[in-house]
Amino acid sequence: MSRFKEVLFRPIFDENPIALQILGICSALAVTTKMDTVITMSLAVIFVCTFANGAVSLIRKEVPPSIRIIVQMTIIATLVILVDQFLKAFAYEISKQLSVFVGLIITNCIVLGRAEGFAMKNPVGWSLLDGFGNGLGYSFILIVVGVFRELFGSGTLFGVPLMKSVTEGGWYPTNGLMLLAPSAFFIIGGIIWAIRAWKPEQVEED
Amino acid sequence: MSNDTVGRTLLVAFLLCIVCSVFVSAAAVGLRDQQKANQAAEIKRNILTAAGYADQLAAGEPINTLFARIDARLVDLETGEYVEQDPATYNARKAAKDSKLGLKIPAELDQAGIKRRARLSPVYLVKKEDAISRIILPVHGKGLWSTMYGFIALNADTQTVASLSFYEHGETPGLGGEIDNPRWRASWVGKTWADEAGTPIIDVVKGQVNPADPKAGSQIDGLSGATLTANGVEYTMRYWAGEHGFGPYLAKIRGQK
Repeated sequence: MSRFKEVLFRPIFDENPIALQILGICSALAVTTKMDTVITMSLAVIFVCTFANGAVSLIRKEVPPSIRIIVQMTIIATLVILVDQFLKAFAYEISKQLSVFVGLIITNCIVLGRAEGFAMKNPVGWSLLDGFGNGLGYSFILIVVGVFRELFGSGTLFGVPLMKSVTEGGWYPTNGLMLLAPSAFFIIGGIIWAIRAWKPEQVEED
Repeated sequence: MSNDTVGRTLLVAFLLCIVCSVFVSAAAVGLRDQQKANQAAEIKRNILTAAGYADQLAAGEPINTLFARIDARLVDLETGEYVEQDPATYNARKAAKDSKLGLKIPAELDQAGIKRRARLSPVYLVKKEDAISRIILPVHGKGLWSTMYGFIALNADTQTVASLSFYEHGETPGLGGEIDNPRWRASWVGKTWADEAGTPIIDVVKGQVNPADPKAGSQIDGLSGATLTANGVEYTMRYWAGEHGFGPYLAKIRGQK
């Protein structure tokens, strides 16, 4: 496999930031009840992660090691504010639903983890790609969790009713647990189990 | 050359801050108009929902067309009289801070915890065949963390609640933020806001309302895990329903009948 594919696609199954590194769980629980918010959040994290990696990599040789974490956080925070302002201007409804969670991308360990772990050591091009790939890996888990939660919790996908719920005169008794945060834990647990059954090298030693 | 000298560290930090703040301020200033327009539309949408136009909004009727059906007026809260001034250009939040347009609320009356209020307040009247069918009043007060801004719609009797919504607050999502929960907001509908003399009696209780209680008609279920926010909502309602709030205005409306 070429380096290009490796950097881009390894974070999706082989080194998924949520499933293998167990980072970024908080937002994966919070925003996955509906696909609209899942997609917006995914795009936001892909954007922040890609460009934070790019910017950190660009100045990696200039940054004194003693303040490197603060420099990374400042860059990440700037990008997150840009996303937040942009959403408030052009996707007001969704920004209201995401409320604090856009701001909390700043503390998403995936972004800082990639900036510190990859972008500080690699050239700009690869860093951008790595950020994008990790954003995709995060989005992949979010989308799977979101599909399960919205479909079984509300009987809809992207707000379009697929299974008509009992409350609206249909046949499907909605699963309220799916709308609560713990269900995301169960689904993420299921995904981790499935990925590790498929790729046993990810199983940790006791 | 080592990067890790004091001068170098300060230089990098300084330059980084400059670059980042340029980006942030450019975004904040460049997008401000669009954001303001969104907020204004959101407020109108809230008024329309309070007015009972939620179905038309969901059907995609333009906000401004619907809003034109609502009679917006300005009221002098002290006298309860209408004031001939354009409510569309009036900003109650700015007026509250102004020494002439606003006034200090005496501490013993300040149940809502807002310290100052504007002398004039907009009210929105929904009319059916020239008779007022709903009165929508803007209210705000302190919750646990933030000032909560919302609208309460009263039926023509000025006593019972037709709708309640908050369009801006910073309460904890999932706890105090549940004041946005449609189910909780629906529990306000039909409750008695103030008694026949106009004294505020609405009461957010701890736990669930006992339907057998003679006062159940003016009681609302509390929000579990958000007692302070729920109390804030109650005090806000009591302030705005009372003598220092919309009391005189509502008394005038009752007198007209």
